[in-house]
Amino acid sequence: MTTTVDRPPVPPAPELDRRDKKRLSKGARAEEHLGWLLCLPAVIVLLAVAGAPMAYAIYLSLERYDLRFPNLQKFIGLSNYGTVLGNHYWWRAFLITVIITVVSVAIEFVLGMVFALIMHRTLVGKGLVRTLILIPYGLVTVVAAYGWQYAWTPGTGYLANVITGTGAPLTHTGESIAVIILAEVWKTTPFMALLLLAGLSLVSEDLLKAARMDGASAWQRFYSITLPLMKPAILVAVLFRTLDAFRVFDNIYILTKGQNNTGSVSFLAYDNLFTGLNLGLGSTISVLIFVTVAIIAFIFVKLFGAAAPGSDD
Amino acid sequence: MTQTGWTAGRSARALASLALCASVVTACGSASAAGRPVVLSYYNEPDSSPATQDAANACSAASHGAYRIVYNKLPSAADLQRQQLVRRLAAHDSSIDIMGLDVTWEAEFSEAGWILPWTGSEAQQVEADTLPGPLQTAMWNGKLVAVPQSSNTELLWYRSDLVPNPPATWGQMIADAVQLAKEGKPHYIEIQGAQYEGLTVWFNSLVASAGGSILNANSTAPSMGAPALKAMQIMSQLAHSPAADPSLSVQQEDQNRLAMEGGTAAFEINYPFVYPSMKSDNPALFKNFKWTTYPQVSTSLPLHSTLGGIDLTVSSYSKHAALARQAVLCLRDPANQLEAAVKGGLPPTLTSLYQNPAPEFVAMYPFYKDILQQLTTAAVRPKTPEYQAVSIYISHTLSPPGSISPASNLSSLTGQIRDALDQKGLIP
Repeated sequence: MTTTVDRPPVPPAPELDRRDKKRLSKGARAEEHLGWLLCLPAVIVLLAVAGAPMAYAIYLSLERYDLRFPNLQKFIGLSNYGTVLGNHYWWRAFLITVIITVVSVAIEFVLGMVFALIMHRTLVGKGLVRTLILIPYGLVTVVAAYGWQYAWTPGTGYLANVITGTGAPLTHTGESIAVIILAEVWKTTPFMALLLLAGLSLVSEDLLKAARMDGASAWQRFYSITLPLMKPAILVAVLFRTLDAFRVFDNIYILTKGQNNTGSVSFLAYDNLFTGLNLGLGSTISVLIFVTVAIIAFIFVKLFGAAAPGSDD
Repeated sequence: MTQTGWTAGRSARALASLALCASVVTACGSASAAGRPVVLSYYNEPDSSPATQDAANACSAASHGAYRIVYNKLPSAADLQRQQLVRRLAAHDSSIDIMGLDVTWEAEFSEAGWILPWTGSEAQQVEADTLPGPLQTAMWNGKLVAVPQSSNTELLWYRSDLVPNPPATWGQMIADAVQLAKEGKPHYIEIQGAQYEGLTVWFNSLVASAGGSILNANSTAPSMGAPALKAMQIMSQLAHSPAADPSLSVQQEDQNRLAMEGGTAAFEINYPFVYPSMKSDNPALFKNFKWTTYPQVSTSLPLHSTLGGIDLTVSSYSKHAALARQAVLCLRDPANQLEAAVKGGLPPTLTSLYQNPAPEFVAMYPFYKDILQQLTTAAVRPKTPEYQAVSIYISHTLSPPGSISPASNLSSLTGQIRDALDQKGLIP
């Protein structure tokens, strides 16, 4: 379920302002047309595979539609949204999702930064270090999740009785969520580290040397020079991981099946779509997840302001 | 692996028919049309014993070339079985002919139009020998929509070295366990307390045995009331007594079995599969491993225990419905049910198999008389197309059993069940 967009941060391209565009020669305009023509197949494919299902989901969310009783299908406007937003199961799943997202992304950011610095600074065995750090990201999430599930289950696992007092952490809400966050962090920290590593390479060595000459400490150099210069990379890394984490599904599906109040919003959508067979309510939840994710992206871009890739700077 | 065997067999047959065609050119066309048996695809739960495959083979052979049944195994989890069937049926998939349905899905599948009622002589044939409990699971809106293939019901298993006289009621059993705890002996009551279907089964048995039901007779509204309150009180009482296993809130059938075999428990509410398992896993305890009927709520009220099992149905989208119905009647005939019982551990649904028990059946099921009694007076789980939602609400509200507060849970659960029947609300 968690699909990650594996895209290194693109440094903002110098854009033509409007006056320049007017002065474009005929040849340049033809080239622009050609550019659009070349993009067209990709745009059409994207509209077909991403746009159409999304539009259909939005349409379904306005319908009463039970897979079992297609005859009762009818347009009911926004009433599905009222049902979902007025239901405590939705808000509980929302809270759980927010907790998992905030905690796991925060830990991943700190760990990812540490790993990125290690990978950046290593002099010997660079390839080996990078490979070791990236291994968890190369594993299939479901396989890794099964590994954790066995590890944390008494009888099959080596961790169940070591750390927790109860001996069966996957049977308690708090401990289960901690295990889910651990599995998420273990799995996706390398992704975060990889994106941050790309950002580190944006920082010019000369600036750091100059700062050292001026007597800046290691922490000051990191905090006042490296971090600000990495801002676009950090935005991309944290934004992608937040959007991903908010849609968490596979780890929960394997580790707890949503029992003991550990279901995320994606899990709620799955249950209502696949067990409840309620296409209307299930689509409504999906659309609400989409809207939440869009809001998160909007807030991030506003928060980081000019550092956002693609902004006019 | 069977795929290659099948392909090899098919090419061999193709070669053979080619050779036949070459020699008798005129008869070729009709021979291939009438000669090749219709393939009936049969979806049922995965059977680790050979019984289901044997039945499919035997019926294919007995059809004299009319049909060949191909057994496809569904996933082992009931939820996943239902998901797979439902997705394909909603898409009007004609490649499913025969389905094995859990006894709680008939109303839903029938109401959705995915299975058709059985009528006439075929229906009479089914109704003639089938026990009343299992037959109830195959009825919806007064019509027979499925054919009971196997059944199941829980018994009370106990250790005769700790409990010389088995208790008849829940109250007595809890009192016995408390007494054993005082004496410092193994005393747990093993029962399914995890948040899943097993908890709904427990609640359903208690409500029925308290003289009530979860839904009204027409399945239009919750019935609940005083019997449901009584059921919740018993669950809560057990969970708060020394009789409760510390793991109660996560226990399913298999954890119960293991705890009983491990020697920490005095009582166990479970299906008959625990009997052969105890025999092989712990022969010392097996000597004192005895059984009796499911506990009653009170001696003045009749016992009703919940039914499990599988009903066979024919898909509405099957292109060979008439042949498939014949095949179903064969798959659940006495010989095949006996093999499923002896090799697969699934109690039969036919009265005759209990009334004139075969020696191997008696050897496997020394408790068959208790099973027969419970299948006759069984409590069927709520019959409604919205069963999934109803059951999820029940198991979510009543889990863990230690957190039940009967009065407030009764009103909240009744409200949620009403919502489920009206197709309102989310399922958690």
